[in-house]
Amino acid sequence: IWKSRTEKINAELFALTYGALVVQLIQDYEDYAEVNKQLEKMGYNIGTRLIEDFLARSALGRCADFREVGEVVAKVGFKSFLNITPTVTHSQPQPSGSRPPSQANPTGSSFILTLDENPLAEFVELPEEALEGGLWFSNVLCGVLRGALEMVQMQVQAEFLSDVLKGDESTQIQVRLLKYLEEEVPVGDD
Amino acid sequence: EKGDLAGHRDSTTSLVSLKGSKLGLDEEDEPLRLRLEAIGMHVGANICERLCRDRGLFTDTLDMIKFICKDLWATCWDKQVDNLRTNHRGVYVLQDNSFKPIARISSWEGRPESIRRARLYAILPAGIIRGALARLGLNATVTPEITTLPQCTFQVKLPKGA
Repeated sequence: IWKSRTEKINAELFALTYGALVVQLIQDYEDYAEVNKQLEKMGYNIGTRLIEDFLARSALGRCADFREVGEVVAKVGFKSFLNITPTVTHSQPQPSGSRPPSQANPTGSSFILTLDENPLAEFVELPEEALEGGLWFSNVLCGVLRGALEMVQMQVQAEFLSDVLKGDESTQIQVRLLKYLEEEVPVGDD
Repeated sequence: EKGDLAGHRDSTTSLVSLKGSKLGLDEEDEPLRLRLEAIGMHVGANICERLCRDRGLFTDTLDMIKFICKDLWATCWDKQVDNLRTNHRGVYVLQDNSFKPIARISSWEGRPESIRRARLYAILPAGIIRGALARLGLNATVTPEITTLPQCTFQVKLPKGA
């Protein structure tokens, strides 16, 4: 979708830089929970800006429902920024029966992104200490998703369910829709 | 606040923030500078190792510097260094006329502010260069300098006898 005009960065440089950043955070905070939090926060700040680039270049319109959001995130978002396409698995909130829900956008809808490859973790092997400490190495991605979707009126909760770096079979991020935000005019922007 | 930045740089008598003024950075940026440099060194050392894996040994120091100017630069910043100068006594000046990390920086607060911001973005690359040289066995200091965007120079100073 990006055609040729995109500036690219060497994938190794990207992966190594992210790794070095995580190492620096671990040294600074000495607490893995806090590192997870900081990575998420950094991602949030990236996401709130990245969405603008995304909208400008992709020229995509509004998604009809949260299901479509999942598809676009995986097939356009991840594809254009990280050149990977995670598999999307959708789920509706507490499906009591097998009937499709009547409401098109129930809050509580969620999708799971399964990452077959992860450019951030290209050279990574986590030490025992980080595993025990509960580090989510790629937590920046959760923040990016939260930040980007918030800018298009969706408050979501994004979190890792599993990570191959931890010895899990797959790397999965769950994105759950909390609510649609009202469009608001920014303060002092009338 | 932004006004006295230029003051720091231009004034030779100011005793305030001597360390920061050398780079044209605020003193409060020092912790940031240290972290960015540390991250850069980490990256530089590792990327250098990957780049060197399939090549022969270096013949001398100049050979290593050339490797930085060509291979490392191309890997990290998509081009080669435009100009390399040396005093033949351990100081090398690497000049890039359009340095990728700062090529797109601008500020609505004007050019001095753009340059101030660009200087922050040159710290990580300086760390990368320093880290790469360190992995080659050279304990250098690397000082980035920006006077006109998007040009950036790095002064590499090697210890005596290297």
